[in-house]
Amino acid sequence: MFGKLTLQAIPYHEPIIMGTLVVVLLGGAALLGAITYYGKWTYLWKEWLTSVDHKRIGVMYIILALVMLLRGFADALMMRAQQAIAANGAEGYLPPHHYDQIFTAHGVIMIFFVATPLILGLMNVIVPLQIGARDVAFPFVNSLSFWLSAVGAVLVMMSMFVGDFAATGWVAYPPLSELGYSPTVGVDYYIWSLQISGLGTLLTGINLVVTILRMRAPGMTLMKMPVFTWTALITNILIVAVFPVLTATLALLTADRYLDMHFFTNELGGNAMMYINLIWVWGHPEVYILILPCFGAFSEIIATFSGKPLFGYKSMVYATSSIGLLSFFVWLHHFFTMGSGANVNAFFGIMTSIISIPTGVKLFNWLFTMYQGRIRYHSSTLWTIGFMVTFAIGGMTGVLLAVPGADFVLHNSLFLVAHFHNVIIGGVLFGCLAAITFWFPKVFGFTLNEFWGKVSFWCWLVGFYLAFMPLYVLGLDGMTRRMNHYQDPRWQPWLIVALCGALTIAAGILAMFIQFYVSIRDRDAHRDTTGDPWNGRSLEWATASPAPFYNFAHVPAITSLEQHWDDKREGRAYVQPADYEDIHMPKNTGAGFIVSMFGLVLCFALVWHIWPLAIISLIGVVGTFIARTYDRHVDYYVPAAEVERIENARYAQLTEVA
Amino acid sequence: MTVTTVEHVAAHHDGHEAGSLTTVGFWIYLMSDCLIFAVLFATFGVLAGNTAGGPGGRELFELPFVLGETLLLLVSSFTFGAAMLNLHAGRRAGVIRWLMVTFVIGAAFIGMEVYEFAKLIHEGATPGTSAFLSAYFTLVGTHGLHVACGLLWIVVMVHQLLRFGLDDIARRRLACLSLFWHFLDLIWICVFTFVYLREFV
Amino acid sequence: MSDSTVAALRPPHSRWRRVPAVLALGLLSGCKMVLFDPRGDIGAQEKHLILVSLGLMLAVVIPVIALTLYFFWRYRETNTEATYSPDWAHSTRIEVVVWAIPCVIVAFLAVLIWRTTHSLDPYRPIESTQAPVRVDVVALNWKWLFIYPDYGIATVNQLTLPVNTPVNFRLTADSIMNSFFIPQLGSQVYAMAGMQTKLHLISDHEGVYDGRSAAYSGSGFSDMHFKTTVTSRGAFDAWVTQVRAEQNMLDKPAYRTLAQPETPGQPAIYANVDPTLFDSVVNQYMQPTGLGDMCGPQARPTAGAMSMQSMKASAE
Repeated sequence: MFGKLTLQAIPYHEPIIMGTLVVVLLGGAALLGAITYYGKWTYLWKEWLTSVDHKRIGVMYIILALVMLLRGFADALMMRAQQAIAANGAEGYLPPHHYDQIFTAHGVIMIFFVATPLILGLMNVIVPLQIGARDVAFPFVNSLSFWLSAVGAVLVMMSMFVGDFAATGWVAYPPLSELGYSPTVGVDYYIWSLQISGLGTLLTGINLVVTILRMRAPGMTLMKMPVFTWTALITNILIVAVFPVLTATLALLTADRYLDMHFFTNELGGNAMMYINLIWVWGHPEVYILILPCFGAFSEIIATFSGKPLFGYKSMVYATSSIGLLSFFVWLHHFFTMGSGANVNAFFGIMTSIISIPTGVKLFNWLFTMYQGRIRYHSSTLWTIGFMVTFAIGGMTGVLLAVPGADFVLHNSLFLVAHFHNVIIGGVLFGCLAAITFWFPKVFGFTLNEFWGKVSFWCWLVGFYLAFMPLYVLGLDGMTRRMNHYQDPRWQPWLIVALCGALTIAAGILAMFIQFYVSIRDRDAHRDTTGDPWNGRSLEWATASPAPFYNFAHVPAITSLEQHWDDKREGRAYVQPADYEDIHMPKNTGAGFIVSMFGLVLCFALVWHIWPLAIISLIGVVGTFIARTYDRHVDYYVPAAEVERIENARYAQLTEVA
Repeated sequence: MTVTTVEHVAAHHDGHEAGSLTTVGFWIYLMSDCLIFAVLFATFGVLAGNTAGGPGGRELFELPFVLGETLLLLVSSFTFGAAMLNLHAGRRAGVIRWLMVTFVIGAAFIGMEVYEFAKLIHEGATPGTSAFLSAYFTLVGTHGLHVACGLLWIVVMVHQLLRFGLDDIARRRLACLSLFWHFLDLIWICVFTFVYLREFV
Repeated sequence: MSDSTVAALRPPHSRWRRVPAVLALGLLSGCKMVLFDPRGDIGAQEKHLILVSLGLMLAVVIPVIALTLYFFWRYRETNTEATYSPDWAHSTRIEVVVWAIPCVIVAFLAVLIWRTTHSLDPYRPIESTQAPVRVDVVALNWKWLFIYPDYGIATVNQLTLPVNTPVNFRLTADSIMNSFFIPQLGSQVYAMAGMQTKLHLISDHEGVYDGRSAAYSGSGFSDMHFKTTVTSRGAFDAWVTQVRAEQNMLDKPAYRTLAQPETPGQPAIYANVDPTLFDSVVNQYMQPTGLGDMCGPQARPTAGAMSMQSMKASAE
């Protein structure tokens, strides 16, 4: 009836988890109560849960990411605290089984449920606006994608309270992740949460590739596409190319665990090395999936705040494309120590170092964008400078790890941990936070508080260096990753410094939430009345802030790379057209939400082997999807009069400001 | 200038444009599905020799039977083509008739595959016997699962054709289903070659 | 090398007496980091390689960081004296240079990578006038078994090696993958079940060096460390003789008992080791039948039960 699920699955004996559960339950109850009290259920359902508006879906992605950031970061703090005390025979406060789940969850959450939704959210918000589209190519699929990702995150959170999570490391190498050595449901939670959110990511990838290739405003040739959209295009091509590999690889692991097959087992001919190869065929391009849109965001920000066009736009495009291509030929650098031949190791080492060429070119191009500019010291500029300095260091240590001879001693050490945090925090996280600051007014109509933004930046920057420079030292001192406790007392001072760094980052995160609060509170004082708060250059700044749900009343005709900038210079911007047309828009639909909820039940049932429930929910998934195909009225027309009313208000406001 | 842009707006979301978007999107989806099969083929290639003392393909496979399955699928591609010809000619009854023929042939294929799997398992060659058999059952089974989804899609399509007629949406979806069906045929040719024929050459 | 460096590397009892001094030194000077204090040729080459690669890249990275900060300051909005070229966005000359610089660096790196990857290949035997010592390493859950096939002896969690003598390691794992790593001697290599990998190391200083698993392998992973004692040839031979005089045997049944999960692994020595043991561990998953309790299918439920137990133990 309940499969493997019993009341014993709830970890009553773990005070930390039970405490968290209480907080989550109370918080959840308070949230639901507040929604009921203010009568916001209908609003929530009609305007958000069923929304197919790419901007709202983007916002929901980013909210999901920020919530999961809190969980992932709490894991990080617990690990730092454990390592800061568990020296020289001390056991620390986390037993291995709990600690191992924490570092696994930290990695999984930060990659799949923080970085990925941040990137997907930003691309969702910005890409259609930058290319002059009304929405993405498949708005319903977009809604479905988001809810599938959200359900994956919910599944990871559930694993904390019902059962356990994988204790295998975030890529779950077999044979450790096989049933024989991980007999609990932890790895199953891992598998199904990644499968369902991975499906969402894949669908988004397809959606955005089609959007960018087929829905650009007339006149916008590929080489007139804003650089952020370029990076988004390459990223989504990478998503389409590698997420199926993840899906297939995890499916094979699932077959081993559920159907007694032998793909990666030790016995009966299985081959664990194949899993390691396959997971990194996905895993390495995945890091470029995350970083490329951030490169795009930095490019937009640095050009805007320097008051100059991006230096070497074509170089940027070629560099981005070649990074995308090269990312397929480097996966083996994750396991030089597996005993491959010297020729193979050398080939992958050289290919990896070649990636630093286009990346280096990008750094130089940002440098020359600033050269002879007029740089405004906005917080998004600070994030960009912080990124350039930090990423230069992270890139360098990355190339060092790509040298097989050096990797033989640095592999799996804290040096490696420091390296990838150096590029992911310094690159992806700084990039997303800069992008959120930069594009926030376009979505919400007011700018973020600068003071708290700068406080957040400095805390993150200082905290990052405090937290991770010691890890470089420890890596050079032979400390490997994922240690629950250690003997060498010389490591402890460094780990205490790293804990202080993590606490400083915590202050940065707190400052960010204060920034949101203060900005919302003072929103009337910081209204963006023009739609162009930073004197922007690309198309998204031509429309109002917040952008109307149809984005553009008239799809603009594109004649140059920096359309809005040139329009402003030649006096073509802000000229109200004489008449308006009906606008064709997709209708909201609850199908994506409902399919995903059935999907959540399905995954939960599969985790716990509750077969009847699994069958029922599978029928729910497929049935809802089929029912949706019978809906013939998935779109509607916004009457021209309505468009005119909205646009008139916008132009009245523009006149008032002028 | 304004005039051309307004025209574009009108054209932006009409049936034709949406149809071509969907086809492009579905084509990209098929490419990603193709990569899933690529992984399964690669896995099969690596594990094909790992019979772990169990039976190998040569002892298990019956080439004439598999050739029968192959012929069925090839014929179903042809009958689907006939449905599409009727679609272009605007003959709803013809489309439905040929879709149903395709369904029957597809179902027969699935039936043969289920029979084959059941026979193997009965002989003791189960997916858990060896890595080779895991890879075999997974690769061939994944293809079969796709065909089964295709069958469900055909049923839904036929019902929608009866209910809504040959509208733009039906045309768009039939175009996708057609891509899907021929894609599965292509995959099966690879399965037939790399899984079955390979054992006998 | 200073006295305190040597002290930091002595066995635990003498080291821990000097904890405060070592702590201070550790924080003050980078040269105490073990990878920069290698005790063998492979480690020394790898230290050199790290420094050369870093130097090569710093030659670009430092100017880039400096220029970033300088441009950021120089072209600030309030500095109206700086030139402002609002339309300047292209210069073929600069583009050529910015593509060329990383290309040149990477060209140097590529040559360096090609050469060192071959010279430091873990599978490459070390040339020496001394005949090599052979050690077969089995990663167990969660301890290390070292078999000396030439002497018929074996140890658990303690590795003794003669100085200035090449060591030829063969590595495998009983079930879960680990990585065999003695930082001060150099390269690590994975130890994987059903497979055999190789590693060649040499030490040029007597001393005691930490070794550990560098690939996470489950709940007992953190305790999977061992001491590597490098002694003179004479002391090593004496040690071998001493171990051979012990009574413990390591045949296949004894190995099965030893392979039961254990945290932390207790050091042990065995005088009489089944000469086919290592190969049968490597091959244990090859035949579904024929090796009694060494074979695969039974290993699976057993292993499941084992990790259940260990998990309960750690939860309690």
